[in-house]
Amino acid sequence: MSHRLIRRLGPSLLVGGLGIMAAVTAAPGQEPSQLTGVPLATTAHLERPIDYWSLLFVFVLSTFIGLGIIRRVSRLLHTPLMSLTNAISAIAVVGAILVVGPEYPTNIRILGAIALFASMTNIVSGFLITDRMLKMFKQDDGGKK
Amino acid sequence: MSHSFVQFFYLIATALFIFSLHWMNDPKTARNGVFAGVGAMAIAVFATWGQPFIVNHGWIVVAIVLGVAVGWPLSRVPLTAVPQRTALSHAFGGLAAGLVGTAKYYLWLQEGPENLTAFKMVAIIAEIILGFLTFTGSLMAAGKLQEVKWIPQRPVTYPLQNLSNLALMLIGVGLGIALVINPTATWAPLLFPAIIAIALIFGVLLIIPIGGADMPTVIAILNAYAGLSAVAMGFVLDNKLLITAGALDGSSGLILSIIMCKAMNRSFTNVLFGAFGQVQATKAIGEQQVYKAETFEGAAQIMEQANLVVIIPGYGMAVAQAQHKVRELYDQLKKRGITVKFAIHPVAGRMPGHMNVLLAEADIPYTDLLEMDDINSDMPQCDVALVVGANDVVNPAARYDKSSPIYGMPIIAADKARTVFAIKRSKNPGFAGIDNELYFADKTWMLFGDAKNVMGELVKALSGGGMH
Repeated sequence: MSHRLIRRLGPSLLVGGLGIMAAVTAAPGQEPSQLTGVPLATTAHLERPIDYWSLLFVFVLSTFIGLGIIRRVSRLLHTPLMSLTNAISAIAVVGAILVVGPEYPTNIRILGAIALFASMTNIVSGFLITDRMLKMFKQDDGGKK
Repeated sequence: MSHSFVQFFYLIATALFIFSLHWMNDPKTARNGVFAGVGAMAIAVFATWGQPFIVNHGWIVVAIVLGVAVGWPLSRVPLTAVPQRTALSHAFGGLAAGLVGTAKYYLWLQEGPENLTAFKMVAIIAEIILGFLTFTGSLMAAGKLQEVKWIPQRPVTYPLQNLSNLALMLIGVGLGIALVINPTATWAPLLFPAIIAIALIFGVLLIIPIGGADMPTVIAILNAYAGLSAVAMGFVLDNKLLITAGALDGSSGLILSIIMCKAMNRSFTNVLFGAFGQVQATKAIGEQQVYKAETFEGAAQIMEQANLVVIIPGYGMAVAQAQHKVRELYDQLKKRGITVKFAIHPVAGRMPGHMNVLLAEADIPYTDLLEMDDINSDMPQCDVALVVGANDVVNPAARYDKSSPIYGMPIIAADKARTVFAIKRSKNPGFAGIDNELYFADKTWMLFGDAKNVMGELVKALSGGGMH
């Protein structure tokens, strides 16, 4: 029952979730240039206030979108799915760049650099091996030797 | 690049990630999914990198180059090693999350303690605990799958195992709460590494009691943890792209682990804390049952007269790298007008979908790969069921023997077929250590040997004795 519900709601969840995320990300109210332009070493204590609730909304909604979409992924493709989501979760690369990039103390940047290396490894190997596997899935027997 | 610009690009990346996974619902569109994912990732990286306060370009370039240098060979591993590679990449993902959380904590401790609000501290603690336990846990899983010598393959159990693990976790969470309440205390910078250490140890302890047959579930659970640690990082960094992408990964891991658990009729807690493989020895020396062996020529003759042959692959096929020989057999049978289908159990192999990828590698069209639920109703019409390196997924004891560790697990009904041929490396029980009564049934004949060799012999018998 819940399967059917989620399947039916999937597309609308997707659109609605995107809409809400768009609204949330585009919401004004925070000075956009607070972070940018000034060297961060002096502004580390000036980071913008966090809107916790919108973050939690984004989390919950994107989890539902994820559940709706992943449920419909062909079972044939569960191994490539896992390596694809692996590569996608290497989005941690963004966090790593934000730690290694600014004028932070060296030891902090070293941690960030290792994190960047680890996520980059996942991005490269994840996407490449997913594509390599997907190329092998053929529908019919055309290429018989 | 201004804040709004960056957010705009992140939004596009989010949408592309969602499409990327959406296209995975059909093998025909799946490759678009990879391209969408690559596009999204490139947009996210350059939008982040292009911000004015990112100034250490040298460091970034070096880390990226090293990452590419290690990542490329990891994408060329043989497909039988994909479970290890996947576990290893979960480990890298967990490590990245843990390190970013650690870096952020010490940065704020030095340069902006007012950032260490309760909300951020909860997120940081969640990030480092999840990240570091995923790191060591996945390394252990990868080691077990790769059969590294100093990591025990069999489940390791000891008295009070679950209790001591639970206690350790509670200590870690307790220390975390202390830090949340008091993030800048003089002892805080010392407590933080203690939590990291506990998470690292916990990851190891979580995986050592788990046996090979449970690996598909465990990999899926670790996948979910890696996703959740990225979500926690998003909370720490106030970054919605991290939250969405992490949540997509987390929900994928969650769904896969639910599917795996259902396919074994077990619960999460049972997989994680049940230590499969310790409850055996019940019918160690019951009645002396004997295997009936069949010659390859005999088996080939029977297969030639079949209308429907169902091949049931398992981990043994992966170990023996027999998929290409299986393909040759498939060709030989197809040439004679025999229908050949593959019955794929969800937990066959060492990760979700493992068998499908191997058979696709051998050029077997995916339209002939059937799920357990779709093939079971056809099994009574099946003339020959050929079991290639599978064991527990065809064990009829799962239906009625309440004392069996696999009781209640849905199985492929190989025993309904008219004749069963089972390929087996040796006369020892399978990975889970359970005897399989299917092998002693009247209609079952054993083909002993390495799966690849046996397949080769069958192909030889079929192509050599071509006078039929």
